[in-house]
Amino acid sequence: MSKLYSGAEIVFKCLEDQNVSTIFGYPGGAVLPIYDELKNHKSIKHILVRHEQGAGHAAEGYARSSGKPGVLLVTSGPGATNAVTALTDAYMDSVPLVCISGQVPTHLIGTDAFQECDTTGITRPCTKHNWLVKDVKNLSEVIHKAFEVATTGRPGPVLVDIPKDVQFQKAIYKKNKKQKRVNGKIHNVFNQNDINQLINLMDKSSKPIFYTGGGVINSGPKASELLRELVSITGFPITSTLQGLGAYPGDDSQFLGMLGMHGSYEANNAMHDCDLMINIGARFDDRITGKIDEFSPKSKKVHIDIDPSSINKNVKVDLPIVGDVNQVISSIIKTIKKIKPNFAKSNKQKISNWWEKIQKWRSIKSFDYINSTETIKPQYAVQRLYELTKNKDTYITTEVGQHQMWAAQHYKFDKPNRWMTSGGLGTMGYGLPAAVGVQVANPNKLVIDIAGEASVLMTMQEMSTAVQYSLPIKIFILNNEYMGMVRQWQELLHDKNYSESYTAALPDFVKLAEAYGCVGIRATKPDELDDKIIEMINTDRPVIFDCLVDKEENCFPMIPSGKPHNQMLLGPKDQKENKITKKGKILV
Amino acid sequence: MVKAKSAYSIPGKKGKLDTHIIVVWVDNEAGVLARVVGLFSGRGYNIESLTVAEIDPKLNISRITIVTTGTPQVIDQIKLQLKKLVPVHKVADFKREDKKVIFKEMALMKIVGKDSKRDKAIKICKKHNAIVLDKTKKSVVIQVTALRGEIDMMTKNLKKLGLVSVSRTGAVAMTRGAEIFK
Repeated sequence: MSKLYSGAEIVFKCLEDQNVSTIFGYPGGAVLPIYDELKNHKSIKHILVRHEQGAGHAAEGYARSSGKPGVLLVTSGPGATNAVTALTDAYMDSVPLVCISGQVPTHLIGTDAFQECDTTGITRPCTKHNWLVKDVKNLSEVIHKAFEVATTGRPGPVLVDIPKDVQFQKAIYKKNKKQKRVNGKIHNVFNQNDINQLINLMDKSSKPIFYTGGGVINSGPKASELLRELVSITGFPITSTLQGLGAYPGDDSQFLGMLGMHGSYEANNAMHDCDLMINIGARFDDRITGKIDEFSPKSKKVHIDIDPSSINKNVKVDLPIVGDVNQVISSIIKTIKKIKPNFAKSNKQKISNWWEKIQKWRSIKSFDYINSTETIKPQYAVQRLYELTKNKDTYITTEVGQHQMWAAQHYKFDKPNRWMTSGGLGTMGYGLPAAVGVQVANPNKLVIDIAGEASVLMTMQEMSTAVQYSLPIKIFILNNEYMGMVRQWQELLHDKNYSESYTAALPDFVKLAEAYGCVGIRATKPDELDDKIIEMINTDRPVIFDCLVDKEENCFPMIPSGKPHNQMLLGPKDQKENKITKKGKILV
Repeated sequence: MVKAKSAYSIPGKKGKLDTHIIVVWVDNEAGVLARVVGLFSGRGYNIESLTVAEIDPKLNISRITIVTTGTPQVIDQIKLQLKKLVPVHKVADFKREDKKVIFKEMALMKIVGKDSKRDKAIKICKKHNAIVLDKTKKSVVIQVTALRGEIDMMTKNLKKLGLVSVSRTGAVAMTRGAEIFK
């Protein structure tokens, strides 16, 4: 007879079989049997966070920087509900997470027991799938399936809820069996005909553009390499969404910068005027499209996505190609090489007018700002940070707001998996715990959270985690004492009524750093910025860097609410001519 | 002031709404109905009626039939989103007008009143496979199987004949001929 294992042992045997080396978690009554078993599994390192949301974001940072699924372990009730924000964040940004939660014993379920909540009910809309395991015999199969669901197709979070009595009960452990497919869910349904059609469109186009997204990164490092090859053999311009940054080198001449609400003038205008748009692994998010009715009116649209439900969801496309980005690009390249080996050369003439037009838009230099010798401009701070760290294979996380957009505009990435930001859900407080996870996955790398002072206070307690595990993360706060993006919208849309967007009693971040047992650095003048940044980089401990920046700087360019791509606000001077309409004001 | 919408883009023009019958084959497991229904409510889709029962106890398969309305784009989204759910095996979609598909709903109707009125009521129901399930001196319970509109009509007509209670199912659907949906 096979050996019997307790539910808690089975959890760890599954994690070992899935090659999990790190879990992020927080103990509590309903997961104590699992925590008791932790000591017997030396290959799995547990990172004790200070709040379950932190565990979730850390697991996200771990997953996005390593390409492996992130695992978190939380207790029942508040442990699970605290993880909900992180699960939703991972769902929106397609990050593979496996959340294991404790539950009250099966006989107490439904009795409003202490620390009971309907975890599977609460997390149903924010996970790809979840399971309540009521019988220990099913536990190993469920956990293996959870990993499979989280990592296949469009990745995302899953949750396994394990009642406390099941953690004690014994059963045979079943190894992971490679299943053919989960309920007939196939991910590559494209065929050669689709590829031929695409190449036909590419051949005819005189104003093409690649619009790439996080799907390229999720498809693995090979996909980014292939993307570079595809862009090079076609000679087409390329723009990227916020999540796709790093898939293509940010300083390359064919790269037009990020597109969307705070994207570059050239990228947005090229999207508006193009005659062929090839969307690779992006999802026509509302921050990208602007006003849908006037979104790129004259173009043929091609959409390459692994998730069939992404196609025609927001924007109707002419040629959908459902498949893994890596495999689709690979067959596009193969076909081009076969039937049109000199594609770039023969095509150069045809798209030369298009490139001229793009150069004109480029010459506007829409990311420019008026620098100052008196105060640190936030854009200048990000630029200096980039210049001083670009040779170090740096990993950047962010919170959400103005600083996030400035980071996306001015920090240039040339590798995938180096840029971790909450794009879909827009979770303030994401960056600090994510940096913890990134540093755990990449122990000897420089990890910087470009933060705002308001966001970072939402999960500041995770500094304590960083100190406990000697994770030398750098929290680079662009401190303007305002919720900057809220303030900006109030200035532009609400007659400068700065309702509740100023934080009057901020902590002294340098002293706060010291209280946590890490290093605090403050920069107040532009001429000391470089020295202080170098000091930060050279500190081999966690650092909170309080960078006092211009309080009233706005993030430009910007597509105002209710406007299409070709009506961007460029900067302070441009605003008078381009008023936001009443109708636009009511939109988020 | 226009009512605030939490969307960045101004809502586009609404397309024509069609009524579709969506049939979903699912693993009969805990919470599966909540997943399907939650998908509809969470994404703002419409449910006109819903019928669900296990059809294969051995394989543990349930068949869910949902009547819904939406623009062609929304109907497409409904199908694609349903197919993404882990316990969903397959999804079929029929237009209400489709002649190749049989749709049926069942209703139980209780009529209380005089003999003459009750007889009249049974007569009205006759052409819709009426079966009298229960009869007393004062009352009658009639079962009919018909299309939604027909049952609507009957209940309207029976009001004046002493209809006191109606219990209705949602629609079930099946293709005509030898073919089955794969």
